Amino acid sequence: MASGVLTEKALSRPKIGIRIPDTLARIGKYVLYRSVALFVTVVIGVYLTVLIVNMGGYLDTIRIAQIREQVGAGVLGDPTLQTLPPSELRKHIDELVVLEVQRLRLDQPFFVRSVDYLVDALTLNLGRAEIMTSNSGSKQVRLILLERIPATLLLSASANLSLFFGAIFVALFLSRRYGSWLDRIVIAMAPSSTVPAWFYGIFLILIFASLLHILPFGGMVAAPPPESTFDYTLSLLKHMILPVSAIILHGIFVSIYQWRTFFLIYSSEDYVDMAKAKGLTARTIERRYILRPTLPPIVTSFAFTLIYLWQGAIILETVFAWPGVGRLLYQAISIFDVPVIVGNVVLIAYLLVTTVFLLDIIYALLDPRVKVGGERRA
Amino acid sequence: MKVPGPLKELTHYRSAVFGLLIIGSLIALAIFTVVTIPYDEAIQRWRAGEEMWGDYPRNAVPDWFTLFAGNKLPKTLILSSLDGSVRKESQAVADDMRTADMKFTFDYTSDGFPSELNLFLTGKSAQKKPLATMIWKTPDGRTIPLGDVTVGVAERFAISTDQRLSLKLDGRAPEVGLFAQPGTTAKGMTPVVQKGKYELLVEGLTFEKDSTLDAKLVVYGQAYGWAGTDHRRRDILLALLWGTPIALAFGFLAAVGSTLTTFAIAAIGAWFGGWVDATIQRLTEINSVLPTLPILILVGTFYTRNIWVILGIVIALGIFSLGIKTYRSMFIQVKEMPYIEAAHAYGAGNLRIVFQYMMPKIAPVLIPSFVTLIPSFVFLEASLALLGLGDPLLPTWGKVINEAYTNGALYKGMYYWVLEPAALLMLTGLGFAVVGFALDRIFNPRLREL
Repeated sequence: MASGVLTEKALSRPKIGIRIPDTLARIGKYVLYRSVALFVTVVIGVYLTVLIVNMGGYLDTIRIAQIREQVGAGVLGDPTLQTLPPSELRKHIDELVVLEVQRLRLDQPFFVRSVDYLVDALTLNLGRAEIMTSNSGSKQVRLILLERIPATLLLSASANLSLFFGAIFVALFLSRRYGSWLDRIVIAMAPSSTVPAWFYGIFLILIFASLLHILPFGGMVAAPPPESTFDYTLSLLKHMILPVSAIILHGIFVSIYQWRTFFLIYSSEDYVDMAKAKGLTARTIERRYILRPTLPPIVTSFAFTLIYLWQGAIILETVFAWPGVGRLLYQAISIFDVPVIVGNVVLIAYLLVTTVFLLDIIYALLDPRVKVGGERRA
Repeated sequence: MKVPGPLKELTHYRSAVFGLLIIGSLIALAIFTVVTIPYDEAIQRWRAGEEMWGDYPRNAVPDWFTLFAGNKLPKTLILSSLDGSVRKESQAVADDMRTADMKFTFDYTSDGFPSELNLFLTGKSAQKKPLATMIWKTPDGRTIPLGDVTVGVAERFAISTDQRLSLKLDGRAPEVGLFAQPGTTAKGMTPVVQKGKYELLVEGLTFEKDSTLDAKLVVYGQAYGWAGTDHRRRDILLALLWGTPIALAFGFLAAVGSTLTTFAIAAIGAWFGGWVDATIQRLTEINSVLPTLPILILVGTFYTRNIWVILGIVIALGIFSLGIKTYRSMFIQVKEMPYIEAAHAYGAGNLRIVFQYMMPKIAPVLIPSFVTLIPSFVFLEASLALLGLGDPLLPTWGKVINEAYTNGALYKGMYYWVLEPAALLMLTGLGFAVVGFALDRIFNPRLREL
């Protein structure tokens, strides 16, 4: 749909007389402004995280414990120091720890340290996990997190994209037949979206896994993973059915309801009547006069769906044992692996902001006001 | 008394009437709970262990399951020499040595086996502890010795976990083997309950003058009460009941706290304009990208899981929510209205205009979103509880689901454990959402025609 609109715009551009470089410059300026604003947001969000986590001195304790472990391992592994008596050895370790603490500025006032932590977090220098390891055996929090992103992306992207396009498609269909029994059912079902996706998940598991035994309880692929790519994909798809359905069940009715209402409001505008009077086909009216002006709010709403779903994924993944970022957070909480928890929150903040940023750019491309704003000045 | 317009209009929507009924009964249930089971008592009972719940069956289904199961599920049977339901016979044998024989007789008529079998023995002695020997007698006259035990102050003779006894009963669990018809316990067969009169004979001996011996037999059933029990033998009904006022209070307070502050801030921003408005706008944008749930998780992990503290943070994070943008655009229109100009002209102060003139004007718009917000906060609490970050003291619906989940209720087929709190959550969600949607149509005339 979007590409169709874009080509149409490209064709109409010379007629209206907007010079393309100008538009690009304005969009560029807008994008720049938004990226600065969003960067500030990330900084504030992450700083808040640092403050919350460190208020009890947790980060410091972890840092010092890690230093002690490293220094201790270094000293004990040094053959030249083996001859020292244990008390001397301990003293030596303590001295080295103090030096290291000073080198890493852990003895500085909290404000200085908090800025250090902030920079570390922002550059994804997330330290080492206490207990958890990545599949490759690394204790680097960054690696543990990176490994989980594809699973989360796969789940939320497939569920949300199908939800989004499905809802708009059905809504368009219903707005043509409003008042029909199908329309009324959708309106009646709209309140069911108050119930979160994970909640539907529990019911789906109960029905399809527990009672009927036709779909797996959770996880991403069967254990052990199938050898061939085809079987692997098949198993993956089978495991995706329930979580994806849970997300769609949660969102579908209210989305259809909102879009349908929205389309109906827009189709009662005078210019739509005018277009009808001109004798344009229903399809053209729908595309050019109803869908086109509603695109920016559609995109905004999509952004919010995504924002909520990044967070909702935490529980949905837990319920379905889906090995994504959300379940990682749950696991980290249950074994109290602090560096992983902090890293995960930072990552979610980044994911949120990246989503918003990408959608901002799309918004800038779609919303005529971003361009018109510049035109007035010209 | 005149019924206010919107409320009367609400009764035109059948779904809204249905929703109001649900909300009404939930509120009634909440009030009933708070009045009958005081807060402290609820916490104390929910956190108690075996001393409180010892006589309750473990993981029992609700009583009404019998209706669907088709056969009669056993209920818990308690016989005790302490409350007089079993007579104790005592005879002198030698100096200071007396018998204390107790005969536990009961009719077993159920189709299902008991879930567990325990004998609680209590004794009193200075030095020489009393001795008890247990013998099991089945309706068809077989006798099975269960062993003997010296009784200190309080002894639990767990018949169900006796491995040696189990070996004697074809490897069946004692609560099955002892109640099964002979010949049905062999490997590969389905044991059948033998109905009739059972007898447990406790032959006691005391060795001191003031020494006593008492016993209580608990034949645990498979069904209990309205809601069943959990893995710690607790009556789930207690959690379901107390979950109601907590869920409603949490949802309501969070919704009130966040919508009212959002509303006031939007009005202030619209009225003062300039840098005040700009600051509020930027804060809203930042707030919209803050990861709310992870922040709550961090607080729950590092500081406190107290539900009221979490409530405070939920409200704080909700202050600069996106609603500000919607309300702001409405306030900007209100600001230009003549009556505001009039108020300004006769010298009304800024705050007076904001709070007494602008806010009441569009307050009705607040109501639908307020009503639809309540269940989302109720579910937020449940979500946190599901992650294991529920209040450590209070029983809530979310915590029941969490415990069911961590104990594999869905794998083991204990559906009631998940379904009961889930049904209540769902009812709450739907009740408020249905009313909220109807209110939305009443207050947004543009939606009404559609």
